[in-house]
Amino acid sequence: MKQVLIDYTLHLADNSLILGQRNAEWCGHGPVLEQDIAITNISLDLVGQARNFYQYAATLIGNDATEDSLAYLRNEGEFKNCLLVEQPKGDWAQTILRQFFFSQYQYLIFQQMQNSKDKQLAAIAEKSLKEVTYHRRWSSEWVIRLGDGTDENHQRIIKAIDELWRFTGELFEPASYELQIANDGIGIDVSKLKEPWLNKVKEIFSEATLTVPEKTLMQTGGKDGKHTEHLGNIFTELQYMQKTYPGCEW
Amino acid sequence: MVESLMTVHTIDKETIYSYLGEINDPEVPVLSITELGIVRDVKMNDEELEVIITPTYTGCPAMDMIAATIRIQLATLGFKKIKITQVLSPAWTTEWMSEEGKRKLREYGIAPPNPKQQFCDQKLFAAAEAVQCPHCNSYHTHRISEFGSTACKALYQCDDCKEPFDYFKCH
Repeated sequence: MKQVLIDYTLHLADNSLILGQRNAEWCGHGPVLEQDIAITNISLDLVGQARNFYQYAATLIGNDATEDSLAYLRNEGEFKNCLLVEQPKGDWAQTILRQFFFSQYQYLIFQQMQNSKDKQLAAIAEKSLKEVTYHRRWSSEWVIRLGDGTDENHQRIIKAIDELWRFTGELFEPASYELQIANDGIGIDVSKLKEPWLNKVKEIFSEATLTVPEKTLMQTGGKDGKHTEHLGNIFTELQYMQKTYPGCEW
Repeated sequence: MVESLMTVHTIDKETIYSYLGEINDPEVPVLSITELGIVRDVKMNDEELEVIITPTYTGCPAMDMIAATIRIQLATLGFKKIKITQVLSPAWTTEWMSEEGKRKLREYGIAPPNPKQQFCDQKLFAAAEAVQCPHCNSYHTHRISEFGSTACKALYQCDDCKEPFDYFKCH
């Protein structure tokens, strides 16, 4: 039971950390200053979520585990994030689309998780939901702006859909720990979120003059530690300091 | 060494709050942590003084520093056993900011949060909240970006005096 809760909490933490790290790659490179600040603000919120989840996981694990050891010292096979969040940031359209897919997903999860039997997960969800509400609106507006924008905007977001759609199936395919934790009334049954998520995506896409792809072969495995090569690339930056100089502090 | 008179037995909550009210938020230095609503409670258990705080935003980088400053402040006053507990629920809201805090913000050049009933119309591309310019008091302002210099602020500009300003956004 306890191991399942640890795995689940780490899965939530890893999702937030890896996307936060990916978005942070825009720092100083955003298309305009205000949007550079927006995407890095979203990064900060995501890293904040990750910290809350890692801190909680560390108390469950005990021994010498800390939020830092969980973020910096685990290897690829131990990370349980979805493949979607580890994909390269691509161009602005790809970053926006990924944020849109993920924020819609997180919104549904945190909305339900506020009622979790686990008080700490419920508290993190309640806190994070306020921020995710901003992320969701911001990314939705951008999807519409790009889809219904110039020809180049439109082509670029279509390319992003081609690139990222195949990673959306995994979001709603529960890993074994997700199934168990949902049965216990602690976690969320993600398979039930697929329909509301898809409806929201269709609604925004239709306003953006975009269409949801037909049947696509979905890539999965991230939740169980089977990742694309991109996660390793993230670690070369994210974990470099702690692995090269173990225990170093500011 | 002089034994301190400050023990949890000889002091009341109000006094502790007044001590905590001397600590300012590192990112918005005109506001104290009590005016901001970060201090949720103070408990006196046996010999231990417990201060319960909550972050404004999840990723607020100031929280560690605030916790450290509280510890130093109370230790300087002679408290020996200090515990700082961070809680997330109920989630912080701008409703907890005191009126005095809002006045200080405005004087500092940051527009204070609007009352929550105006809080973000969630409709896409909805018109931005009407925010009063802290410099010339005009309501003739527009939002430049929903995300500003810190997680808790949005960026606005006044259409009358033309000054850009931070808005402490509703949350």
